[in-house]
Amino acid sequence: MMMNIYCKKIVGGKAEGLALLSIKPLNMLSMLDTKSGEIKDKEHDLFNQTLKNRILIFPNCIGSSVGAYVFYSLKINGVNPKAIICTNKCDIITASGCAISDIPLVDGTGASFKSLNNNTKVTVDADNQMVILSTL
Amino acid sequence: MELTRKEEGALQGEYGDGLKLAYKILVAIGNANNATKLIPIKWAHISGVNFNTIGEAGVKFLSKLDKETKVTVTTTLNPMGFDSKKDNKISEDFKVNQLSIINSYLSLGVRPSFTCIPYEIFDLPKKGEIVSFAESNAAVFVNSILGIKSNKESSLSSLASAITGKTPYSDLLINDLRRPSVSIKPDIDIKTESDFGLLGYFAGKIANDICVGLEINSESLDIINSKAISAGIGTSGMCGMFTNKINNCERISFGKPEITHVKDELNTAEKGDLIVFGSPQLGLHELNMLGHLTDGKKFKKPCMIFCPRSVTECNEEMINKLRMAGADITCDSCTCLTPLITKNDYDSIITNSIKCAYYMKHSNKIDVSLKDMKSIIKEYCE
Repeated sequence: MMMNIYCKKIVGGKAEGLALLSIKPLNMLSMLDTKSGEIKDKEHDLFNQTLKNRILIFPNCIGSSVGAYVFYSLKINGVNPKAIICTNKCDIITASGCAISDIPLVDGTGASFKSLNNNTKVTVDADNQMVILSTL
Repeated sequence: MELTRKEEGALQGEYGDGLKLAYKILVAIGNANNATKLIPIKWAHISGVNFNTIGEAGVKFLSKLDKETKVTVTTTLNPMGFDSKKDNKISEDFKVNQLSIINSYLSLGVRPSFTCIPYEIFDLPKKGEIVSFAESNAAVFVNSILGIKSNKESSLSSLASAITGKTPYSDLLINDLRRPSVSIKPDIDIKTESDFGLLGYFAGKIANDICVGLEINSESLDIINSKAISAGIGTSGMCGMFTNKINNCERISFGKPEITHVKDELNTAEKGDLIVFGSPQLGLHELNMLGHLTDGKKFKKPCMIFCPRSVTECNEEMINKLRMAGADITCDSCTCLTPLITKNDYDSIITNSIKCAYYMKHSNKIDVSLKDMKSIIKEYCE
């Protein structure tokens, strides 16, 4: 089954991959292992999962604005998410981090991702402000 | 967001990779904050200088960018990790990375001011003019006290604004949005700079907005108290401005239970092994107050004072008096994520600063005894 959802473009580009869904904000500076791309905070719902090659769908980033450089670090190490959808607020940490790391980013505030699970194939077409969900 | 033809061209790379990247950052942030256009700025103040804040990724990013572009407006710089004229007890690795960061900023054409209180040092733009200040205490101070407009920026957004000379027109740059919807009403007597700092820290946590109301007299807003409030607000949340002009606000009390609650969060020790002044860095007013309080006395514990080099150079007599009292004067750096105060050397420190207390606890994992300046001198000077 396929579904198209309108999402506002923040950083352009197009990518597809398997969804990685989270309901908790991320503090890039304190929760990420930049070598593996894994989330190392035991309290987080993505604990021990890696962002590598996934489409990260999460509320927003929190904490220090220098967390933006952590996205750049993930990119240099080849463990960055392929694209990102913010579901609560597209904050400036995520926006500037994706801008310097060439990671497509859309604002999915208001859109419903209820039908989604981690086996859903997601295409983020930021240039056309469109997210396509394909459930296997 | 609407771009001019020239801005669109820059975004497409017509004027080089550095400018392209700077516009890409501003367009992303502008899109995220629902900005309608880009608007010129008078001044950019960049954070993300200390190696402890931006790390190896920052070093790599800046050393690529510094070959591609330059800043186009007056641009000043936050503190770095150590005092450039002292023999600091830090690792060679830290020094090498820190020097790389500084060389990158110098190549970009940034003034090596190494201060987090640019508003106390440099000539100021006129009221109503627009700047891009990434240092949170400075953004809150200029918005609230000087009427100069800045959004609460990040290291990357202020750098992009320094290069392009522009910032996204949104939030605190728009007069109609510089109004609070929530105001904090102190129900206790707030006297010391530390208590004003706690009020700011509380307000920053409570305000889920870009501007917060504080029901305090304009007379109590001298530079020392205003700095303390600004640093407190900047430490605890995303709010970028306070005001005592309040209309139709939801009111929240700041009474004994509230101040006790925030103080208990930051004040984790009875005593300390090191006295620390300066986060934000001390300016002339605080140094004068400290000089007056310590006159003819000596510190019973080691004491570090963080202040801008330019302030020490203009006030040698005062600085010498503080040195005679036993204080160590440290320039170019600040207590925030400092590598100069470590858990290996100190279990706990004494400070009057809410911002210093927060970062000592969270980043350096050191306990804090939080007291106001007068009480610290009374207890630890003779």
